[in-house]
Amino acid sequence: MLLADGLQHSFGPVRALDNVSFTVQPGQTLAVFGPNAAGKTTLLKVLAGLIEPQRGRAHVEGGRRAVGWIGHQPQLYGQLTVRENLAFWASLYDVQPPGDLLSRLGLEDYADRPVRALSRGLVQRVAIARALVHDPRVLLLDEPFTGLDRMAAEAFSRLLAQQAAQGRATVLVTHNVEEGTELATDVAFMRAGRFVHLAPRGGRAAAEIAEAYRRAISGGGGGGGGGG
Amino acid sequence: MEGGGAVGAVAEFVRHAWSVARKDLLVEFRSRTAILSAVVFTVLVLMVFNFGRDPTAVAAVDLAPSILWVTFTFAAMLALNRAFQLELENQALEGLLLAPISRGSIYLGKLLANLVFVGAVEAIGLPLFALFFNVRILPVILPLVAVIALATVGFVAVGTLFSAMTARTRFAELLLPVLLLPFMIPPLIWAVLTTASLLAGRPLSEAGGWLRLLAAFDILFVVLAFVLFPATVSE
Amino acid sequence: MRLLGAGRWITAVGLLLLAGVYVRALAFTPIERAQGLAQKIFYLHVPAAIWAEAAMVLVGLASIFYLFLKDPRLDRFAEASAEAGTVFAAIVLTTGPIWGKPIWGTWWSWDARLTLTLFLFLLYVGYLLLRSAVADPGARARYAAVLGICGMCLVPFIHFSVYMFRTLHPMPIVLKPSSPSLPGSMLATWLFSLGVFTLLYVGFVIQRYALSYLREQLEAAGEVGHV
Repeated sequence: MLLADGLQHSFGPVRALDNVSFTVQPGQTLAVFGPNAAGKTTLLKVLAGLIEPQRGRAHVEGGRRAVGWIGHQPQLYGQLTVRENLAFWASLYDVQPPGDLLSRLGLEDYADRPVRALSRGLVQRVAIARALVHDPRVLLLDEPFTGLDRMAAEAFSRLLAQQAAQGRATVLVTHNVEEGTELATDVAFMRAGRFVHLAPRGGRAAAEIAEAYRRAISGGGGGGGGGG
Repeated sequence: MEGGGAVGAVAEFVRHAWSVARKDLLVEFRSRTAILSAVVFTVLVLMVFNFGRDPTAVAAVDLAPSILWVTFTFAAMLALNRAFQLELENQALEGLLLAPISRGSIYLGKLLANLVFVGAVEAIGLPLFALFFNVRILPVILPLVAVIALATVGFVAVGTLFSAMTARTRFAELLLPVLLLPFMIPPLIWAVLTTASLLAGRPLSEAGGWLRLLAAFDILFVVLAFVLFPATVSE
Repeated sequence: MRLLGAGRWITAVGLLLLAGVYVRALAFTPIERAQGLAQKIFYLHVPAAIWAEAAMVLVGLASIFYLFLKDPRLDRFAEASAEAGTVFAAIVLTTGPIWGKPIWGTWWSWDARLTLTLFLFLLYVGYLLLRSAVADPGARARYAAVLGICGMCLVPFIHFSVYMFRTLHPMPIVLKPSSPSLPGSMLATWLFSLGVFTLLYVGFVIQRYALSYLREQLEAAGEVGHV
C-alpha cells in the first residue's frame, strides 16, 4: 500500500533522509516522532511525490490520486464557504465530494459559512474533509495538531482515528510526543534523517512511548530527558 | 486510440485550469476588495495625470496614449501582486501541487484569472479615460481593444510567472514591479505607438510592425512562462 | 583557496593591461578628427558594453543548464556573471554621459545602446535583488534561473524596440565602432581593449565564483540548516 525503500535525500550538505525504509498497510498508522529539522516533512513530501528522492524508492499504490494530506496549515481558501472549498478540491481530482462527508465530520451547520469565519478547531475539521474529498487510500499527516489546544487536539485526534485513518494507510509526523500516540499502531523515532527506532506500538501507553523517545533522541544515555 | 488519449489529456488539462481560474475569480468576487481598489486606483492615476499636466501647454490628446498605458501598467501591477498571495495564505499552493493536476494547468488557471481581472479593470478604465480626457475612442474602439488585449496578454503572462516567485520572498510588493517593469516596457512602447497612431485617425495596418512585435512577444513569453513555471513551485 | 587566487591574478593582470590600453589610446593612437579627444573613451565604452550584454546571455545559458542539471556550480557561475555584468553596465552608463556631454551637448540621451545598457543594468539589479530576497538556497537558484532565462530572452526585444525608437528620433552620431572607416591603429587599440575586458570579465567571474563557493561552505558549517 505504502512503501519506502532506502530513501536518501540531502539539501546541499544537510542530510534530510538517511536510508529510511518501512511499509504501511491499510488500517495501519505509523507515527513518526522527531525534533525539528529531523527530516519529517521531507519524508512526507517524498511519499507524496512532491520531492524526488536522490536514492531509494517511495511507492504509493494509486499514485498522487490516492494521497490525502493534512498539514498544520489547512490549505483552504478563507473567502470561500466550506462547501465551495470542498467542491473546488474535488474538481481537481475529477470527483464529486461524497454526500455524507459533511455530516460525518459534523460540519453540516457550517457548510455555507466562509472558512475564515470558523474557529481554528472547526477549520481543522474542514481540513480533514478536504483531505478525504477524493477518498484517498493513503493519508499523510504533517503536524496536524499545531495551533490546537489540548482539548481540541484530543477531539481532533479522536476524529482522525474514527473518520480518517480507519481502513487507510496513515503516516503521522509530529515533534510533540504527547500528541497522536493513541492514533498510532506503529511508532518510529527520527533523528537527523534516520529512523533510530521503528516498532509496533503494542500495548505501550503514551507515557511509555514518550519516555522511550526521550532516551532515543538524547542519544541513549538515559539521563538526558529528565523525568516528566 | 492514441489521438483520443491526447484529446482527453488536453480536455483534462483545460478543465483543471478552468477550475483553478474559476476558484480565483470566485474568491475575488466574494471579497471584491482587490477589484475595487484597482478601479479606484485607476481613477486616481487618471486624476493625477490630469492635474500633473499644464492644460494650456500640452493638449490632452497628445498625452493620451501615455496616460492610458501608464495607468494600465500600474493597475496590472496591483492585480498581479495579489494572485499568489491568495495561494500562500493557508498554504493552499501545497494542496494544488499535491493534487493530480499538471503544474502547467495551475499556471494557465492563474493566468486566465489574472487576465479576466486586469481586463475588467481595463474595461472600466478605458471609458473613464475617454471621458476625463475627452478622447474620441468610439471610432477606433475595435482595433484599440485588440491592441490592449495583445499588450495585456504579454505582460500578464510574465507577471503571473514572476508573482509566483516574488510572493514567497520578503518585500513582495516592491520586488514584483522592479522585476516586471523592464519586461513591461517593450510591449508598452509598441502599444503606446499603436495607440497614438490609432487616435490620430490612421488605419491599424500602418502599425503592423508594432503589432507583429507585440504578437511575437506574447507568443514567446506565454510559452516561456508556461515552461518555466514548474521550476518556481517544485522542489 | 586556489581559484580565488587565480581570479585575483587574472584581474590584476587585466587592470595592468587596462593601464596599457590607456597609454596606447592616448599616446599611440591618432586623434579622431570630428570628435577630438572625447572619442578616446570608446576604447573603454564599447568593450564594456559588449561584455555587459554578453554576460546576460551567459547568465541565461547557465540558467537553462541549471534547470536541467541542478548543478550548483552553474548557479554560482550565473550569479558571478550577473555581478560582473552589473559592473560593466555601470562602466557603460558612466562613460556614456561623459562622452555624450561634449559630443551631443547633453549628459543623457535616449540613444539606443545607452538605453539598452540601462535596461541590462536594471535587469541585473533585479536579478541580484531577487537572489538576496530568497533565503532557501534551492529556491534561490531556481528563481534566479527563471529570471535569468527570461532576461536573456528579453534582450533581443529591447534591441528591436530601442533601435526602432531611435529611427524615429535620429541621433547626430551613429555608433559604428567596427565600421571599415576606422583606421588600422584605432582598430588595433580597440581590439586590444576588447581582449583586456574579456580578461577582466574572466577574472571577476572567477573571483565571485570562488567567493560564493566559500560563503556556501561557511553557511553549511555554521548552520544546522532547515529541512
